[in-house]
Amino acid sequence: MNGPQDLGGQMGFGPVAPEKDEPYFHAAWERRALGVTLCAGAMGAWNIDESRHARESLHPADYYGSSYYQIWIKALETLLKRHGFVSERDLGAGEAIDPAASPKRVLKAENVPAVLAKGGPCDRPVATAPRFKAGERVRTRNFNPTGHTRLPRYARGKEGTIEAVRDGFVFPDTNAHGQGENPQWVYTVVFDGTKIWGDGADPTLTVSIDAWESYLEPA
Amino acid sequence: MSHDHDHDNELDPFAARVRALETILTRKGLIDPAAIDVIVDTYETKIGPRNGARVVAKAWHDPDFADWLRRDATAAIESLSYTGRQGEHMQAVFNTEDTHNLVVCTLCSCYPWSVLGLPPVWYKAPPYRSRAVIDPRGVLEEFGLTLPAETKIRVWDSTAELRYLVVPLRPEGTDGWSEEQLAELVSRDAMIGTARAGQPA
Repeated sequence: MNGPQDLGGQMGFGPVAPEKDEPYFHAAWERRALGVTLCAGAMGAWNIDESRHARESLHPADYYGSSYYQIWIKALETLLKRHGFVSERDLGAGEAIDPAASPKRVLKAENVPAVLAKGGPCDRPVATAPRFKAGERVRTRNFNPTGHTRLPRYARGKEGTIEAVRDGFVFPDTNAHGQGENPQWVYTVVFDGTKIWGDGADPTLTVSIDAWESYLEPA
Repeated sequence: MSHDHDHDNELDPFAARVRALETILTRKGLIDPAAIDVIVDTYETKIGPRNGARVVAKAWHDPDFADWLRRDATAAIESLSYTGRQGEHMQAVFNTEDTHNLVVCTLCSCYPWSVLGLPPVWYKAPPYRSRAVIDPRGVLEEFGLTLPAETKIRVWDSTAELRYLVVPLRPEGTDGWSEEQLAELVSRDAMIGTARAGQPA
């Protein structure tokens, strides 16, 4: 979706302002926000793509007005409600009132190291051979889906070069919506900065994205 | 965001909101609060940019490891026991005299947790995510890094599940240094691409 998350090339946000010796957390509640989010994800009711889509579906004013962990928590509340784990009444009262759906699993403290060490690999076998090969010229599709996609707006309808054929990966555009993993080949596609940004672009700049095969067509 | 003290103000509505959510989920038996403690401890004390610095130092020190890192970063990094969440599919990109690499995630906050730990706030915030792809030189200036005009800049937008680690150029004057000494020169920012490796004192 053309949501607030799709930030590449937008203007007006000001300087980057890196913080010297930045701590990992800026308030105690951020620690809990990280942990609650990971524990809730470990229940297995949704995947990382649905989770990302919940964050980018915040109203743009809300998204830009929130810190990152605030975005996480707001999206998490949406996911928990959608999957029947909490209700509006629970959240309104700040208490467990309504019964919850059954999770696939509950992450216990003793299992955390193993679960974090394992991660969640999302490479998958793809039955077909890659359509493109390294060095080939391609054009990204121009589309504006209302659902989740990982093709940023700045890189749509642009001509670039396949730099590498990566692996088969779960397709986020369907996986975010409960429509299956439908793995596809992923390619690193590199673009000249001038092709993307046009007049005034930095001539020394190249930008790459990692693109699923259905985002691409031969140039 | 504001830099609060390292404890919650009980009046902070967002702290109260997170606490309520944790309480609800705990009472329903959906989460284990002790698991949260272990997760936080892991990312506060065990997994951080020292991991990545050891990867870079080894690549500087051992050409065979550097080759492996270039061909199969996931396996090379796993050989140092750095694995797991948000490091499942790694790619190392090597700075050269001609080209400087910079990593961003314009769409969210994709970052190689297994080697760099949790991302800093600026990496996740709109100014960096919006400008890294269109004005990387301007961004780098804000980090105090001025690249020569002829240096090419390659920006890697982490739009899929590959996670990128920049291997900065090894500083001059470090011949004969041990991996441990070399690792001291490798900052988190150097592995994102917003800094060079440190210079020997």
